[in-house]
Amino acid sequence: MKSPKSIKAFAKHSSIVLAAATLSLSASIAQAADTIKVGVLHSLSGTMAISETTLKDTVLMLIEDQNKKGGILGKKLEAVVVDPASNWPLFAEKAKELLDKDKVDVIFGCWTSVSRKSVLPVIEELNGLMFYPVQYEGEESSKNVFYTGAAPNQQAIPAVDYLMSEAGGSVKRWVLAGTDYVYPRTTNKILESYLKSKGVAEKDIMINYTPFGHSDWQTIVSDIKKFGSQGKKTAVVSTINGDANVPFYKELANQGMSAEDIPVVAFSVGEEELSGFDTGPLVGHLAAWNYFMSADAEVNDEFIDKWIAYIGDDKRVTNDPMEATYIGFNMWVKAVEKAKTTDVDKVSAALIGISVPNLTGGVATMLPNHHLTKPVLIGEIQENGQFDIVWQTEGAVPGDAWTDFLPESAKLIADWQDPKIMCGNYNTETKKCSGQNY
Amino acid sequence: MKLSHVFRVFVVLALFVAQVVQAEQITPVKSEVAADNALLLNELISARSTSDKKNLINLIANSNFPQRAKVLSALQDGDLYYTKADEQLVYAFSHPDGYQITSVIDGENLGVIGSRKVRKISINNELRTVLRGVLAELSLRSEDVFVRLSAAKDLIRSPSPEFLYAIERAKAVEVNEKVLASLNIATAMINLNSEEQVLRLDAIEAFRGTLDSDAMSILAAMQLKDSEGNYLEQDDLVRESAAAVLSEMRGEAEMYKLVENVFFGLSLGSVLLLTAVGLAITFGVMGVINMAHGEMMMLGAYTTYVIQLLMPNYIDYSIVVAIPAAFLVSGLVGIVIERGVIRHLYGRPLETLLATFGVSLILQQAVRSIFSPLNKSVSAPSWLSGSWEINGALSLTYNRLYIIIFSLVVLLMLVFLLKKTFVGLQMRAVTQNRAMANSMGIRTGWVDALTFGLGSGIAGIAGVALSQLTNVGPNLGQSYIIDSFMVVVFGGVGNLFGTFFAAMSLGVANKFLEPFAGAVLAKIFVLVFIILFIQWRPRGLFALKGRSVED
Repeated sequence: MKSPKSIKAFAKHSSIVLAAATLSLSASIAQAADTIKVGVLHSLSGTMAISETTLKDTVLMLIEDQNKKGGILGKKLEAVVVDPASNWPLFAEKAKELLDKDKVDVIFGCWTSVSRKSVLPVIEELNGLMFYPVQYEGEESSKNVFYTGAAPNQQAIPAVDYLMSEAGGSVKRWVLAGTDYVYPRTTNKILESYLKSKGVAEKDIMINYTPFGHSDWQTIVSDIKKFGSQGKKTAVVSTINGDANVPFYKELANQGMSAEDIPVVAFSVGEEELSGFDTGPLVGHLAAWNYFMSADAEVNDEFIDKWIAYIGDDKRVTNDPMEATYIGFNMWVKAVEKAKTTDVDKVSAALIGISVPNLTGGVATMLPNHHLTKPVLIGEIQENGQFDIVWQTEGAVPGDAWTDFLPESAKLIADWQDPKIMCGNYNTETKKCSGQNY
Repeated sequence: MKLSHVFRVFVVLALFVAQVVQAEQITPVKSEVAADNALLLNELISARSTSDKKNLINLIANSNFPQRAKVLSALQDGDLYYTKADEQLVYAFSHPDGYQITSVIDGENLGVIGSRKVRKISINNELRTVLRGVLAELSLRSEDVFVRLSAAKDLIRSPSPEFLYAIERAKAVEVNEKVLASLNIATAMINLNSEEQVLRLDAIEAFRGTLDSDAMSILAAMQLKDSEGNYLEQDDLVRESAAAVLSEMRGEAEMYKLVENVFFGLSLGSVLLLTAVGLAITFGVMGVINMAHGEMMMLGAYTTYVIQLLMPNYIDYSIVVAIPAAFLVSGLVGIVIERGVIRHLYGRPLETLLATFGVSLILQQAVRSIFSPLNKSVSAPSWLSGSWEINGALSLTYNRLYIIIFSLVVLLMLVFLLKKTFVGLQMRAVTQNRAMANSMGIRTGWVDALTFGLGSGIAGIAGVALSQLTNVGPNLGQSYIIDSFMVVVFGGVGNLFGTFFAAMSLGVANKFLEPFAGAVLAKIFVLVFIILFIQWRPRGLFALKGRSVED
């Protein structure tokens, strides 16, 4: 039992050395004269490669596109791609390398919260600029990070509101099922306190955590069925991450738990995850996102066409983190043009208040707390692996860095514009910044 | 906005009245009926709100449109679309260039159209429930017993008083007992909401001994209180008899829950057995610590994927073809690894471990390069989907059931091969005393390669089974390798029976711990238990005895 672990550690070290060697080689070749460097910090190998490779391709496509338009400020963009290999400490090392050695002007990267938390100290110390494109648990606002994915109030809370409404089936009993790590735990903590504030009793909430990559869901699905047969309409709120979703949904289908009886609303299942399996038995289960590939907007059709042409495979899909990457990239381009420099402080200041079109036909605006305004959509899984949008918020919801539903966070705000505040954790009671941004 | 809604509903109602009037006329003019139906159907295109659509569904179900069942089931299945250009209602089926569409009104084939030129008539879960009931009512008179049975079961889940007449009529002519029983529950579900106390009490009595989970749910709902502490169900007699029947049903269901848990445990155990039995040969019999064992399973799973790509029209048989194919692919790769790497490292376990770990990384990255890092979709054959419903409280999923059987068959065949065949005899001879076997004229190198190939091939077969349970992706092997080693070590190295016993007991133990401790803790408990156990009996449950142990 012991030896495999030490071997793994050894292999990781050697792969770091190797990767570093190849990188320094490629960097010395690509000493282009005068370009703006864009760092791409997404895992291309390991467990997270399945999700993150797509975002790397998205950034590369956007860069290619921008270069066709003549680049920014008369300079071409140059991508610097590194592979943190789904290894959280390696994310910090690679971020340092991007900022110190390659001197990139901006980084697009990270997927899991733990990778972002590992990059944060580095990026704050070296004053980098990063766009983080994935929905997350909130409770954070760094001076150097712009969060283009959803905060909990832009995904989890509206989804629960929908299920409580008549259209969503007036759900009274809740199963909060998640993978055992920081995003599901924080989200479920927020949801639990939100549900209680709405009058849901303790015994009507069931919370369940499973390990990463859990594949044997028999007992849990059977327990959910039992929990759901107590006379009140029941729904499952799933923060189950990544690979574990396929066996979970397969088990749901096999045990005959249909969406009409107990709907599952997922926060981490998008078009890309669905392309991995047969969605026939899942029709009617839900997902909450800020973008679906099926969104009816001209700008979305254009984006899809461009993506399919770029990747050269008409079966490939688009998803919410891709839209977040698209918005982040366009905002950065606009801010650089506005600031007329790539200097991090000036671009950061210019970013606040910038609006760019999103892919669902609306507009995304960067708020002073480094979060976006986003519409919230509820989609139903269809036979073809797409989502049918069944509900959406009227207008865009502004992202809230610190949730209002946890007592210790409710009094905190983030504001990077107001000169009197200028921090990510201003306590409205003590009128002070705690200094701990995350 | 509001006004137009009202207007639309008004139009629909007017149409409905017109139809009722027409239906009563003795000779309706055919073309007029068709025209009215066309109008009614086209309302589906413009209806936006759930309640409008609900009304329409009921109107269509009660209309005299001959193909109403077809339209409604197309709506249920999501095959009902309309063309954006001329707003025509069509059935659409996917086609390489978009959709193959046919007009709903006159059945005319309209050819193939681009996927963005049509739009689906969308429905939600509420409408699906309505459709389920309506369609079930329409298919109650089907010739096929299974269709009638599933219709009756659907009616239990979508009880609505307007079906009562159809159910009573169906009951009068029904001969199949199962269908009749389900229809009785459906009647009871509907009568439960009636005004008359007698009917309601009868309905509750009808649930006794059925174990239907929807019935339990509705009886439980009667015991709930509102925010002021008053019972939602105001009729005391009804509520109390509901409570009595409910507690009886729950008690019985609890017993079946235990059976179900044992089944879950055995099925987890059989997955562990399948993944570990190949390792029991390479690690147990040969003594090679093969870290690439998981990747052999991954290759087996990818073989299944490729086979399905090759025979897209025969998905139901693809698994049967994939089993020998996966055995061959993984087995051959195993032989190549043995001849290329492991052969040079016999007697040096640490180096073998390192080398095979390297091989596993190479194989993973190779799969990533060839098939992309994304997971691949392996479809389940129809005979592996769904579950075998023994009664309302106990149903066993088919895929798990078949995997239990499959793992036992694989184990028995392996035991037979090792104990009863000449090749098996040679394998055992070589592993027990290489020098002696060599001097007796056995080509030990050849036997080594074959044994390793056999272990890898069985891992490939396990991969076929795993492709039905979990993701087919480059990381598939990693998630099972630790578990496999755990089982082999726990069961006793070199003992197939030990492997079997270890896999099953770990599976059942895990499943009985899970409800109390949660999935995360259950896994930790099992691991801690094994560590302690190995301290006590270092050679596992069933240690080999005799001279071969001494090395």
